[in-house]
Amino acid sequence: MSDFMMFSLVPLTVAVIIGMTCALLGNFLVLRRQSLIGDAISHVALPGIVVSFLLTGMLSSAAMMLGAGVSALITVAMIELIRRLGRVEISAAMGVTFTSLFAVGVLLLEWHQAGGVHLDVEHALYGNLESLIWFDGTGPAALFDPVALADLPPQLARVAWVGLLVVIFVAVFRRHLVLGSFDPDFAASVRAHPVLVDLLLVTMVAVAAIAAFEAVGSIIVIAMFICPAAAARLMTDRLVAQIAWSQLFAVISAVLGYLLAGHGPGWLGFDASVSAAGTIATLAGLILLLACLWGPRRHRTGVTASP
Amino acid sequence: METWWRALTFTLGYNTSLVTIGSMLLGAAGGMIGSFVLLRKRSLVSDAISHATLPGLALAFILAGLWQGDGRWLPGLLLGAALSAAVGLWAVQTISARTRLGEDAAIGAVLSSFFAFGVVLITVIQSMQVTGQAGLTGYLVGATAGMLASEAQLIALCALGLLLAIFVLRRDFLLVCFDAEFARTQGVSTGRVDLLMLLLLMAVVVIGLKVTGLILIVALAIIPPVTARFWTDRPLRMVALAALLGAAAGYLGVTLSSVQEGLPTGPLVVLASFSLFMASFLFSPWRGVLATLLAYQRFRRRVHLRQGLLALAREEPIFDNLTLKLLRRQGYIRRDGVATLPGQAAARDAEHEERLWSLYRERHPDDALQQEHSGLTPIARVLSPDAIMALEAQLPPRPEGGR
Amino acid sequence: MNRAAWVSEEVAASPLAVQGLTVSYDHRPVVYSVDFVTPPGSMTAIVGPNGAGKSTLLKAAMGITRRLTGDVRVFGRPIEEMSRHIAYVPQRNSIDWDFPATVIDVVAMGLFRNLRWWQFTRRRHREQAMESLARVGMEAFAERQIGQLSGGQQQRVFLARALTQEAELTILDEPFAGVDAATEKAIVEVLKRLREEGRTLLCVHHDLATVRDYFDHVLLLNVRRIAAGPVEEVFTERNLQATYGGRLSTVQLTRLVGDPVAAAQRSE
Repeated sequence: MSDFMMFSLVPLTVAVIIGMTCALLGNFLVLRRQSLIGDAISHVALPGIVVSFLLTGMLSSAAMMLGAGVSALITVAMIELIRRLGRVEISAAMGVTFTSLFAVGVLLLEWHQAGGVHLDVEHALYGNLESLIWFDGTGPAALFDPVALADLPPQLARVAWVGLLVVIFVAVFRRHLVLGSFDPDFAASVRAHPVLVDLLLVTMVAVAAIAAFEAVGSIIVIAMFICPAAAARLMTDRLVAQIAWSQLFAVISAVLGYLLAGHGPGWLGFDASVSAAGTIATLAGLILLLACLWGPRRHRTGVTASP
Repeated sequence: METWWRALTFTLGYNTSLVTIGSMLLGAAGGMIGSFVLLRKRSLVSDAISHATLPGLALAFILAGLWQGDGRWLPGLLLGAALSAAVGLWAVQTISARTRLGEDAAIGAVLSSFFAFGVVLITVIQSMQVTGQAGLTGYLVGATAGMLASEAQLIALCALGLLLAIFVLRRDFLLVCFDAEFARTQGVSTGRVDLLMLLLLMAVVVIGLKVTGLILIVALAIIPPVTARFWTDRPLRMVALAALLGAAAGYLGVTLSSVQEGLPTGPLVVLASFSLFMASFLFSPWRGVLATLLAYQRFRRRVHLRQGLLALAREEPIFDNLTLKLLRRQGYIRRDGVATLPGQAAARDAEHEERLWSLYRERHPDDALQQEHSGLTPIARVLSPDAIMALEAQLPPRPEGGR
Repeated sequence: MNRAAWVSEEVAASPLAVQGLTVSYDHRPVVYSVDFVTPPGSMTAIVGPNGAGKSTLLKAAMGITRRLTGDVRVFGRPIEEMSRHIAYVPQRNSIDWDFPATVIDVVAMGLFRNLRWWQFTRRRHREQAMESLARVGMEAFAERQIGQLSGGQQQRVFLARALTQEAELTILDEPFAGVDAATEKAIVEVLKRLREEGRTLLCVHHDLATVRDYFDHVLLLNVRRIAAGPVEEVFTERNLQATYGGRLSTVQLTRLVGDPVAAAQRSE
């Protein structure tokens, strides 16, 4: 029990919160056919963090979130500028933008390797969920012990705040989001500010990606954005139900993935464990695979009807 | 600086020169195949392909490690990477064709979950007794330092082969990119050509893994074609230019990375490519941003000025601030909005032009529609003096008070 | 400066008046210097060839697309303050109909402006939406997934959404494109009833053969305004020729200008 409290409680909670947060936003990315914005923004999380680290010299939550917001805005601005002014197709504009920014991030990281920064490329890509150990979590009593609670890894509070922020955002802007996803022209005609809401959504995606960065890395988080929401899309034709399914899938893959990563190899007789973040995302991918094969609403319905 | 110069002049040793040449060939191949993929609007499929190589790489590494104790056997790794990339490619195609999910969601899901599975396998490798584990990181962000001569030869040869293959197939690709319907009537199987295109793209990605790493390899297939697009509208020229730009990026990136120990090749190649892109994006005289913005501003001013003058001539109120400012700056109106003498003359001229144009449009609707002019071009530049004389003669007397 | 003083009475009464509206993509004007005053209580068709800027004109007037120049007024006041008086029915095929929403969800979107973010759609909102659905004869489909509708049904749902907006002016973009004859008839009925209530309708229309039957005013557009006014005065061979250039054959033209055979043509 104390082992669980010390080593697993925090990572598991963090994984569940990240999974649910990302999946919530992912629903709108999938509906807008903008999944690749999630892809681009997650890649850009790396340079965002590295630059904010280099500027402030530490990894405080505030600096990181600021870095996230700024890097997201820069990314979107670059994509839009290249697309509009250069008349380049959007996915190519994204490709140009995120590869270049990611390259800047990697280069800066390597540059400052000598300075003893505890960030490195591998962690940036894989994440390290297992490192979130709660040393004072020696038993159930610790849950009520303020001293022990103060020792909780700061990442937990960070993802919790971000999760709350995202939930508030979706709740407040739910109608704007739906309208802008379904019919942007109509949305503009009733002054639902689809462009602005779009920008806010992308910023939220960036904030979630950065909050998830340390735990799961900048590639695996893409799976958390897209896989549960895409699988949910194949289960139902109602938006509310789709969001509920996506949350369920996110929780299943987080919990099952974490346990499997820690104990799976042991059951097979190996004395080791595998990457929890990787296993979680692999499971999310498997859930999507199952939904593609057997999801009750896996086929398109909205074929533009012929006259 | 001196090291860089020696790398640039191919005097830094056999291996470095070989790697440089290999990367240039690879860059050229990436630029060429990327141009076709860009024209097909499927650029980011390469992102899915490249991330999907990781599980194959890791599995091949495990197998080779179990077999001979060291996982670093380049041909085997590349084969593994190619196989899993093929599975990823198939998954993207199938998901977007058979389910309601769009290609964007398919790409995102495949790239991230394949990559995640690869990460799981890498943590398996870390718990195994296999040497050469550090070498795997090189496949993430690219590392050409310490590459064996045999590896460099393999990469260079494969890149050369790909380059030739793409060159031979360029016309088929072009046909399918521009007019799939027409290609079908010509007996070209578009499905097969598309598949061939993506397979070649996959081959470029796999061969390039060691050089730029799997996360950044997409840049090789995206940035040079996009850059080339700024300089030409002719497709085959664009392909050739993209090949050149890709080679240049490979050349600059690889030589730069040999300057200092531990500089990752991938980011440097990408940034070299990106600087070429930025230069074209800003300064290309045809499609560059500066040229476009300047032309837009000029056009906007002309439209505002013309509409302002017409409003003056018809004694209509003007609300638009920019129009008022332009009129004032030209000295056509006073500060209180009343037309000056030159303003009245200019307004009369504009009105006259406008009436000539509208008469022309009325008399020769077909010709007028063909020209798609906005009426801003002076009519004397479009029609012959005789034609204008004829129109002048037909002008009805000026109607009272405009419309 | 008191700008309202500049506005003529005609403009002050009109639910949508544009002056000098120009929209351009790059340096190519799509709509050039268009002046148009929608007569209140009219049913106006905007007619012109493909690429004549019909949809762009409307989108730019509503502020959906950016305009290069131009002044747009609703009852004499700038559109920015008055946009709630306009309902908009976009082109049906500009939308992903595979969206997870039911018919009633879509119709309720018309209430967007009436709901603050903390409010939920209540029964009275649903009733209002159902009322609009009933007006287009679609109340039986309220709980249907939108992807399962036929083209004509989709168009009716869009019209119902505009009805819930209860606006003075309804702007429709190609409402009859790709719909069945029954739907076309039903939509026309609804539009005519709206006009009887004193509301104004502005409609991009592609079928020249039905202009005379459905509309009382027409705006002929090909990048520029070619002509505008009551159908009997403006919808003439000469104006059509100026609008379409060589794209209409003489046979087509003679058939259009008041020929009963044209009626048979449209039900294809």
